Amino acid sequence: MLVQILFGYFAFVIVFSSFMGITRKNIFHSLLWILLMFLHMGGIYLLLNAEFIAMVQIIVYAGAILVMFLFVLFLFNFKEEINEKIFLSSWQARLYTVLIILFIFILGLLSYEQKYKGPYTIDLIEKQGHTKTIGIALFNEYLLLLLVLGFMLLIPLIGVGLVHRRRQKNGNS
Amino acid sequence: MVTLNWYLALSIVVFCIGLFGLLTRRNILIVFLSIEIMLNAINIALVSLSHYLQDVKGQILALFVIAIAGGAVAVGLIILILSYWNKPSLKLEDFNLLRED
Repeated sequence: MLVQILFGYFAFVIVFSSFMGITRKNIFHSLLWILLMFLHMGGIYLLLNAEFIAMVQIIVYAGAILVMFLFVLFLFNFKEEINEKIFLSSWQARLYTVLIILFIFILGLLSYEQKYKGPYTIDLIEKQGHTKTIGIALFNEYLLLLLVLGFMLLIPLIGVGLVHRRRQKNGNS
Repeated sequence: MVTLNWYLALSIVVFCIGLFGLLTRRNILIVFLSIEIMLNAINIALVSLSHYLQDVKGQILALFVIAIAGGAVAVGLIILILSYWNKPSLKLEDFNLLRED
């Protein structure tokens, strides 16, 4: 019963705050609503017995990506943006598109059947520890993918540095 | 007990909210933010499937999605800053350099 109440609370806050974050006129307000959504998504992961993913969600999304957005906001000028319309002029047709996609997704959800059971039962994860289980699987089976991931995270770093350096050399472009 | 279908339904609803924001907002920063909302919805689906199918692959894929989302946001924001220096606007309909009319 407690699990259902917690799930209902987290789901309600996630849906409501993501909706508010999409529809606010002030970008700071919508970023703060999205921050609330990210924190509650960590709670959903805790309900699913995924503590490591919950901590990574809170640290990386709420701590790094949202703060990156907030720092970038300081570079822009929002004086004239506040008084204008929020949505594009043809938003009704796009709303119908979204509703059709929602309908297709719900059909797919209703036709889903669970046929597969993996080897990682809850008892095994409880005995071994969640982080250790993920670490063993990650560094044994997915080592090459992990190295490729590190390389892919290096490339934006080099790209941002190159852009800055080229701008310093060319002056105001 | 909360079944798998509830988590998947939550994921679908949040994904559609993010898609609505992606398609309809005029401000380009909120469009980036909507992409983040959609990636989070996919993460909910991955982690819940990983829990109910008793396999750890879904959580590893969710970790990869989080890491790639960080890189994508960095590249997108630096492109946005560069285009703002050339043309100080954040409205989506001002970015029509390639359109021919």
